[in-house]
Amino acid sequence: MAPDSRGRGRFRQADREALYALILALLNFAWWYLTAYGLGSGPVESYRYILGFPAWFFMSSIVGFLLFSFLAAAMVRFLFKDMPLDSERATGK
Amino acid sequence: MKVDMTLLIPVAFYLALMYALALWSSRGLARSSNFMEEYFIGGRTMGGLVLAMTLVATYTSASSFIGGPGVAYTMGLGWVLLAVTQVPTAWLTLGVLGKRFAIIGRRIGAVNINDFLWARYRSKAVVFCGSLSLVLFFIAAMVAQFIGGARLFESLTGLDYHLGLILFALSVVLYTTVGGFRAVALTDTVQGFVMMIGTVAILWGTIRAGGGVGPIMETLYRTDPALLTPFGPGNFIAKPYILSFWVLVCFAVIGLPHTAVRCMGYRDARSMHQAIFIGTFVMGFLMLGMHLCGVFGRAVLPGLTVGDRIMPELTLHVLPPLWAGVFLAGPLAAIMSTVDSQLILASATLVKDLFVRYGGPGEPLPAPREEKLRRAGFATTALLGLIVFGASLKPPSLIVWINLFAFGGLEAAFLWPLVLGLYWRRANSAGALASMVAGVTAFFLLTVHVKKFLGMHVIVPTLAIALAAFVTVSLATKAPDEATLAPFWED
Repeated sequence: MAPDSRGRGRFRQADREALYALILALLNFAWWYLTAYGLGSGPVESYRYILGFPAWFFMSSIVGFLLFSFLAAAMVRFLFKDMPLDSERATGK
Repeated sequence: MKVDMTLLIPVAFYLALMYALALWSSRGLARSSNFMEEYFIGGRTMGGLVLAMTLVATYTSASSFIGGPGVAYTMGLGWVLLAVTQVPTAWLTLGVLGKRFAIIGRRIGAVNINDFLWARYRSKAVVFCGSLSLVLFFIAAMVAQFIGGARLFESLTGLDYHLGLILFALSVVLYTTVGGFRAVALTDTVQGFVMMIGTVAILWGTIRAGGGVGPIMETLYRTDPALLTPFGPGNFIAKPYILSFWVLVCFAVIGLPHTAVRCMGYRDARSMHQAIFIGTFVMGFLMLGMHLCGVFGRAVLPGLTVGDRIMPELTLHVLPPLWAGVFLAGPLAAIMSTVDSQLILASATLVKDLFVRYGGPGEPLPAPREEKLRRAGFATTALLGLIVFGASLKPPSLIVWINLFAFGGLEAAFLWPLVLGLYWRRANSAGALASMVAGVTAFFLLTVHVKKFLGMHVIVPTLAIALAAFVTVSLATKAPDEATLAPFWED
């Protein structure tokens, strides 16, 4: 649930957001690991190259960086919610 | 020395801008009615861009601009792979500490990490341990940064080490003392942009000098094919080692006090959302760009041996003097923006501990106390800066070691008390204390005696020990009382 206008439920939403952030970091790790060692563990002679870079490096470090910058933006756009942070406004004092 | 002094033009321009920002911030300080909130957290008014930039700039230090690329020169693309483990740090720190941290920070009127620890654990011992670790590890980290900066200045301009040290060390101390957190955040923002421009300039210059990425990779292959693998020459970047960097420079960064404090200083939820996006991009761009320069440099300017001199030499080789000056401003910015944040937080810690008895957090202070605090704040910041400056006059040789050591030590002390304090109701003061003491002690002992643990950096066993100590001791002792927990869980 999104927090209501008086800010109740803020912590539940905040906790969920923290979890999303953690999951995204774990996904980033998985991408990094699989592309780097999946494509880069063979002998150097068999490497493929993309735009001059070895494919493992291009996928893990360059595409990985751009992809996860985009995913981070998507995460805050679609999963994070606006909410008041001040306690006075929230409790309606 | 055959140094072209046009190199100093961008640097001088840049320093002048820093002073101007500090003066501008100090006017806000004079008008403010709550000195503590304004001086130490900028009145919690940071917008998205400033938040993102100050977070990234605080985190990126001399080692990202000088040390890291220097290692990448020797290790090849594998070291860049290691550096990009830092891409998630912005969304992790902001996201995991999150809005919960920002809401609680406002509720209890916290301006630093110790305020948070005090409100959560109500223990003088926890706060004392926190202050002690913070000030000690910060001083170590700041000394390393000052030395790194002065050496960079020395090798780029040929001017004396001490002159470089005086020039920018005094600049940092002055603008931090005068302008407080707001000046720090604003100068960090400018420094973030300077770092981006510096990175683009040197990357472009290096690629051009090497005739494009393809030819550079061919040269590297002829030099040593291992430079193109994730493992590096002699399998130096073995898997356990690189994987432990996911802990050291990614996940555990959540516990660094100087980045964490920024997570309670933003204006509203939207600022945080924006900062996650901007911060992630800027962080990844700087890390990827700078470390790639180091790798490319191996093809463009082979045969260099001294790690810390590689980036300056490369700069002078591929860029015209004016642009070399712009690049010099980049790492200087990285260093200054790290030191200024540590300085202001160390000062906040000392002032709060010395002058404010932890009576009622958040209560407004009577006017005479306010005036005393104001003077104490200025004096402490300046004094700390001068101590660090003094220690940097005769540089010890192991600066990289000192820097990473400070990094790990801070994580050992603060990660679990912060994260568990936020998310685990059962976490209590005995647990937090046990975790800090066990963590820092383990870190010291492991660093000195073991160096690597099963091929991993010692931060991994350290954090495991600190977590075990926290959980066991918390569960063995009494749960914190409801009154203490209320501001942390009541919505």
